[in-house]
Amino acid sequence: MNLGEKMTIKTNLKNILLLIFTTLILSACSTAKKSADIEGDVYTGKETVEYLATGVADRVFFATNKSSLTSASRATLRKQATYLRKNKSLNVTIEGHADERGTREYNLALGERRANAARDYLMTYGISGKRISVISYGKEKPVNPKSSPISWSQNRRSVTVKVN
Amino acid sequence: MKLLNFIFLISIFFLNKSHALIEIDITRGNLDPLPIAVSPLHVDIKSEKYKDLKIKNLGDDISEIIERNFKNTGLFNPLKKDAFVQKPDIAHLKPRFEDWRLIKAQALVTGKLIIKDEKLKVEFRLWDLTAAKEMTALAFTTTPSNWRRVAHIISDKIYERLTGEDGYFDTRIIYVAESGPKNQRIKKLAIMDQDGFNTKYLTLGNELVLTPRFNPTNQMVTYMSYFRNMPRVYLLDIETGTQDIVGNFPGMTFAPRFSPDGKKIIMSFAKDGNSDIYTMNLESRLVERITDHSSIDTSPSFSPDGKFIAFNSDRSGLQQIYVMRSDGSNVKRITFGKGIYGTPVWSPRGDLIAFTKMYKGRFYIGVMRTDGTGERLLTENYYQEAPSWSPNGRVLVFYRETKAGEKGEGFSAKLWSIDITGYNERKLSTKTDASDPSWSSLLSK
Repeated sequence: MNLGEKMTIKTNLKNILLLIFTTLILSACSTAKKSADIEGDVYTGKETVEYLATGVADRVFFATNKSSLTSASRATLRKQATYLRKNKSLNVTIEGHADERGTREYNLALGERRANAARDYLMTYGISGKRISVISYGKEKPVNPKSSPISWSQNRRSVTVKVN
Repeated sequence: MKLLNFIFLISIFFLNKSHALIEIDITRGNLDPLPIAVSPLHVDIKSEKYKDLKIKNLGDDISEIIERNFKNTGLFNPLKKDAFVQKPDIAHLKPRFEDWRLIKAQALVTGKLIIKDEKLKVEFRLWDLTAAKEMTALAFTTTPSNWRRVAHIISDKIYERLTGEDGYFDTRIIYVAESGPKNQRIKKLAIMDQDGFNTKYLTLGNELVLTPRFNPTNQMVTYMSYFRNMPRVYLLDIETGTQDIVGNFPGMTFAPRFSPDGKKIIMSFAKDGNSDIYTMNLESRLVERITDHSSIDTSPSFSPDGKFIAFNSDRSGLQQIYVMRSDGSNVKRITFGKGIYGTPVWSPRGDLIAFTKMYKGRFYIGVMRTDGTGERLLTENYYQEAPSWSPNGRVLVFYRETKAGEKGEGFSAKLWSIDITGYNERKLSTKTDASDPSWSSLLSK
């Protein structure tokens, strides 16, 4: 088989896969609106979430292997920034976590990157970096011990914790 | 703990260099293991009492350790003792070769021991039954409490004689002992003999500890600890128990390993969310930055000649394995297969890199050449990672985790080993759950 043939087969496969995906998504939308606690691999539910103050969630969630903030995460962090601006003497630690489906050392680095993504966002909203320390726990401290996609999505998180 | 210098070879009184008829090819999976008879060592009746050691059983105990070592290699088939045809002391003098051949043995190990003046003296012989001659004979004198190590050293000598390669029985494994529920794990550094005996805990479990690794002389261990909630790389002297933080980094340091000469520690340092690779010279305290990239660079591992470093980076988007010169120049990606790759570890022979591969939700341990070609996946499972090489580069030890239920039930972490041929996968016996294994080099080399 030459390369050209391979390519056409690949594109054909891609088209078929695309078709299957679209069908799946469409059927998912029509049948089960409730499986929406997870969106594009990022947890969107309220289970496991704690609060720094009324309406100020302490954590944001991430997609697999990613440390980018979703718009929901940014909204949560803006609330945290407002809260921190009102409580000027308060310092926090941001804990970065990964799910259990990765190698330990890479997950330590990934947790660090997630915690810093949250920290950087708080800083762009005027919170001094001196008030925010970070610590990565990698996959060492899962909030949900179950081995399932939902619990992994709950474990891919950064959590803002008051230190004083 | 006195690790070294307590076993001395008294004499190598006879070594037959003539070509042996029996030999084992360990370069491929051995589906036809060599039948070997390990006679109990004869215990001299003039042996003196030593502490609470059960001298009468010592000959049987040593031969059983040797048998278990051999069986675990998958290369040998130790024969049942009830079929043995000669008394240990007589066989040790001169076996009746044709009788041993009748029970289908091809090699025979005999020996005798005596405890006198608080010293244990052991001698053993390896016989080629087909050629009807002695292949190796050795004698050791040591403190009686080291009797298990004597059994491992004898195992190594026989393995070396029959395979032509170094053994790996007189070795230790350092690992993280785990206990408690999955979301509140207690982790301690633990060290044990390669066969699971003599487990000792090196930390108390008050803080999280991860990824211990031996230095080349097995006296020091570098590991990561969350002592005082500051995740940093530490150095532990096994003999004295002293622990020191490595360097003065203003952030997390992790993924440590020694350089092959033992003088440096290579590790990742995370700054403002970005992890790069650094070395620190343990004598001069000089810190060198090796990588400078906005991606995650971690899990560094030196080649045995110290000239290259394999590491893990997501600079291409996802985790892949890269190799560079030890000064950080000439970075080359070596993994291009399907899936993502982590935990590269350079073989002590220098020819292969062991790795963890993740593909479609499954985890693989594999080996490839140092340029990334010749990838071979040895084992597939739900979750496994962190291979570490046996000192002869023939076996990998790694850890494997199981799926957990609603409350974390059903979860376990265990050490496993597999030959690089892909054969002989087996679970190691550990007192507790275990992860992050690191294999020592030969203790008596």
